[in-house]
Amino acid sequence: MNRILLGAWAAGFGLLLSGVGVRATQAQTVAHVGNLTGNVAAGKQDYRRYCVGCHGPGGDGLGENALWIDPKPRDFTAAVFKCRSTPTGTLPTDEDLYHSVSRGFVTTNMPAWDPLTRQTRVDLVAYIKTFSPKWRTEGPGNPITVPAEPPATAENILHGRQLFQKLECWKCHGSAGHGDGPSASTLTDSKDNPIRPYNFASGSRFKCGETNQDLYRIFMTGLDGTPMPSFADVVRPADAWDLVHFLRTMQPLPTREAAIWHAWLPAHAGQLKPLGPAEGAQ
Amino acid sequence: MIYLTHTPKNGVPMQTKLVSSLALLAVATSAIGALGRPAATAGTISGHVTYTGTPPKMRPIDMAKEPSCAKQHSTPVMTESVVTGPANALGNVVVYISAGAQSSAPPKEAVRYDQKGCEYIPHVAVLQVGQPMGIYNDDQTSHNIHPLAKVNPEWNKSQPPGSPPIKATYDKPEFIAVKCNVHPWMHGTFAVLTTDHHALSAQDGTFSLEGLPPGKYTVTAWHERFGTQTQEVTVGGGKAATADFVFKALPY
Repeated sequence: MNRILLGAWAAGFGLLLSGVGVRATQAQTVAHVGNLTGNVAAGKQDYRRYCVGCHGPGGDGLGENALWIDPKPRDFTAAVFKCRSTPTGTLPTDEDLYHSVSRGFVTTNMPAWDPLTRQTRVDLVAYIKTFSPKWRTEGPGNPITVPAEPPATAENILHGRQLFQKLECWKCHGSAGHGDGPSASTLTDSKDNPIRPYNFASGSRFKCGETNQDLYRIFMTGLDGTPMPSFADVVRPADAWDLVHFLRTMQPLPTREAAIWHAWLPAHAGQLKPLGPAEGAQ
Repeated sequence: MIYLTHTPKNGVPMQTKLVSSLALLAVATSAIGALGRPAATAGTISGHVTYTGTPPKMRPIDMAKEPSCAKQHSTPVMTESVVTGPANALGNVVVYISAGAQSSAPPKEAVRYDQKGCEYIPHVAVLQVGQPMGIYNDDQTSHNIHPLAKVNPEWNKSQPPGSPPIKATYDKPEFIAVKCNVHPWMHGTFAVLTTDHHALSAQDGTFSLEGLPPGKYTVTAWHERFGTQTQEVTVGGGKAATADFVFKALPY
């Protein structure tokens, strides 16, 4: 108890404690989520209990389990994160990291840590931020604006389908979204480890969430450190929503979008050009 | 032929030196072009980059998966990580003044980086910290431009055909490997330096750093596969100094 109190005090007033050294630099990386403030010292204790096995004592992703894990655990010293509300090339917000810890990463070894208390998870976020000096020299990026979602219609789903072709999503994700496009087998992450594109037919949630807003953010911010780029500079917000609505029809889920699409499709299937590399496809 | 990637400093004391350098101007223009540094006292460091040992063979790239690029090339494009010339010459080596030169404001002219025929042109783009860069997609296919920066922010942007150029600048010096995830054979480098005294060795290994006032300089040469070398070089007033570099080639 004593230690936790001391840690909380030091984290909040660390600037006054510059003589204390390490504590002072850590204090600049506290995390805030909602009304909670992360405590670096408490976060370190929890990190060494829950996270160190994979992410390693130095936060470099080289924990003793890392050898047997694919995809590899995140290297916090690089401060490059997949799931962000912020533009590509910027640091995520504390909330983004908090959601990543809470949600876990589907198709990886990272479990959802929502059994931990909210305070513990915010403490972990505060501690994770001590591993890279970037957190002291750069702030997080400004979260992108996600405009209100328009209702899905057959027309905008069709337009989303054209964008899937035009933006060449199929190059990696495959013409049917199975994650088997012509470039899929060659993909590597920023550490040259092989990585798979998302398979829409799996029906699993996405790496960075499960809502339509999450899906919008995924392709507008890109998943940094992976081959998935940001489309923010080349897709207008309205078009982005059309793409979201189309992508939902590729999942074997009873989504609203799938219902609209499958009601429209039988009468119009003949008008559709095939997706993918086929000559003249549109 | 000497390929210089540096651009003349803006606002160099051109007018004050103009009278004294009129006689040299004709020589200077023929040597380094109409926009070269005309300072009469400025010296040049030139040299030749070579290798010893056996460099890896560059291989033809199979672009069959991207027909719109494949049809732009009548003969297969070769990989470019080690570009060599006759007599063990080594090209694509970034040579720059790493110490001794006065710092200068970054040039305002943007460095142009093209994606054309599913190749990066140039293979190595040399720019200064803070200097703008424009990245163009001249192809009929989407590229994603993914500079794998470690010191600077790592970003990754899609650029479909017809998109406007992507503007970029870097705040810290770094040699950044660049790749396109869609076309895995595409590899390049952004060489971000703190100086505008830089050159890229030509395929015959030659380079030249011009406009250097008399003084002692550290010259660094960087190659993407064979590492970094440095030399101390002294430039006398108006004289030419030499700095030759020999890299040990790694066969893989």
